[in-house]
Amino acid sequence: MKPAEFAYARPGSLDEALRLLADNAGRGRLLAGGQSLGPMLNLRLATPELVIDIGRLRELQRFESTDGALVIGAGVCHADIEDGRVPDVAGGLLRRVAAGIAYRAVRNRGTIGGSLAHADPAADWPPVMIALGAELHIASVRNRRRIGAAEFATGVLATVLEPDEMIEAIQIPSAASELRWGHYKIAAKPGDFAESVAAVVIHKNGTGARAVLAGRSQTPLLLPETARAIAGVRAWSSDQHALIAEALDSDLARQGIGSGLSREDRAIHLASVSRAAREAIA
Amino acid sequence: MKVTLKLNGLAAAGDVEPRTSLADFIREHQRLTGTHLGCEHGVCGACTVLIDGRPMRSCLMLAVSADGRDVRTVEGYEGDEVMATIHRYFKECHALQCGFCTPGMLATAYDIVTRLPHADRNRIRAELSGNLCRCTGYLGIIDAIEKALDNIHGADRRTREEAP
Repeated sequence: MKPAEFAYARPGSLDEALRLLADNAGRGRLLAGGQSLGPMLNLRLATPELVIDIGRLRELQRFESTDGALVIGAGVCHADIEDGRVPDVAGGLLRRVAAGIAYRAVRNRGTIGGSLAHADPAADWPPVMIALGAELHIASVRNRRRIGAAEFATGVLATVLEPDEMIEAIQIPSAASELRWGHYKIAAKPGDFAESVAAVVIHKNGTGARAVLAGRSQTPLLLPETARAIAGVRAWSSDQHALIAEALDSDLARQGIGSGLSREDRAIHLASVSRAAREAIA
Repeated sequence: MKVTLKLNGLAAAGDVEPRTSLADFIREHQRLTGTHLGCEHGVCGACTVLIDGRPMRSCLMLAVSADGRDVRTVEGYEGDEVMATIHRYFKECHALQCGFCTPGMLATAYDIVTRLPHADRNRIRAELSGNLCRCTGYLGIIDAIEKALDNIHGADRRTREEAP
C-alpha cells in the first residue's frame, strides 16, 4: 500500500511541464490533484518512472467567462466549482455535479481536467461535458488542438491523448445557458462511484436535446433515440417513462450492449436516464 | 528531497523520498501519530487533515507536493475554541469508541461547523460520507456535530437566511 519508487518534478510553468512530459513520454505521469493517480500509485496500479506535479501551475487554474461561454483551466478543483467561485454558465448544473463528486476532502484536491483525463467510466464530469457539447483544449510541445468531449474517451481509462499531451482547459459553449438540464446519479452512498449516471439537456426552445449515460464499466454513451424522445416533451407525464425505456433499449441495442446487460444494470440505467429526463422536462 | 512546510503552526522540515505520502511524513518523520492511516486510497477518511484550512486526504498527497503548505493535524488545535466545542460534544455524545476514525472525523467536523452553519442532520450525514467509522458510531458523531453547530451558530441557525 505504498507507491513504488519514482522521481518527482514540479515544473514552474506549463511550457516546462509539457517539455518534461514530451521528454519522458510513456514514462512520466502528470499529477494534478492526485485523487485518482494517488490511489493508483498507492495500490501500485500505476508505476511511473517520473511524476510531474502540475498541481500548482497557475496557467491551469484560470477560468474566464465571456458571453455565456466558459473556459475553465484543467487544474481547477471541484470544490471551487461547487462553491460557485467559477461562474456556472450551465444554470446550476456545474455546481450540482461538482458537489456530488466523492467527498469534500477529495473535491478540495481533485481537478476537472484530471477527472476527464483519467477517463473512469464512473467519473462525474465526462457525461456532463458531453451533454454540454464542451471542447477540450489539448496542449503539447508540438501543437495545440481541440477535441469534442464526446470524442475524447476511447474506452475504460483510455483517451485520445498522445503520451506527450495534456488537457489545458475545457471550453463550455455559451449555448449552455439556453439549456434546461437534468442530472441523476445512482451510487451506493453519497460520493461513491456511480453505478449509473445520466445527464440530459434540452434546448429551451425545444429544438433538440442530448442525453448521455455512463457509470460502472460503461464509458459515456450518447443516446440519440432517447434524446429524440425527450426533446419535444413540454410536461412530464406517466407515459414518458415507458417511451424513454423503449428509446433507451433502442440506443443500447444500436451500440451492441443491450443484450449484454443484466436486468439490474438495465433497470438502474433506465432509472437514472428517466429521472434526469424528468428533471430536465419539469 | 527536501520538504519544508508549516505543521501545526511550526516549521517542519525533512528529507523524504518522492513517494513518501504527507501522512507518512507527518507520522514517521515528524512523529505526530494522531493522523491515522486506514485504507490509503482515499476512501476511509482517517488520514484527513486541514491543508491551508481545507480538509484533504494526507494519504493521497505526496509530502513533496505539500512543500510550503500549512498543515494542521489533530494535535494542532490547542487554543482553538471551535475545536474545543467540537471536542466537548464528541465527549458528551459518545462520538468516539475505539478512536481510530476520530482524527479524520474531527477534521471533517471542523470543516462542517465552519463552512456550513446551516447544515441539518441530513447534510451532516452526507458530509460525513467520506469518513468511515468501523465501530459504526455514526449517530453519536452526527449528534455531536449538530450540537456544536447549534452552540457556535445559535440554535436558530437553520431558520435564518442562508448566506450566499
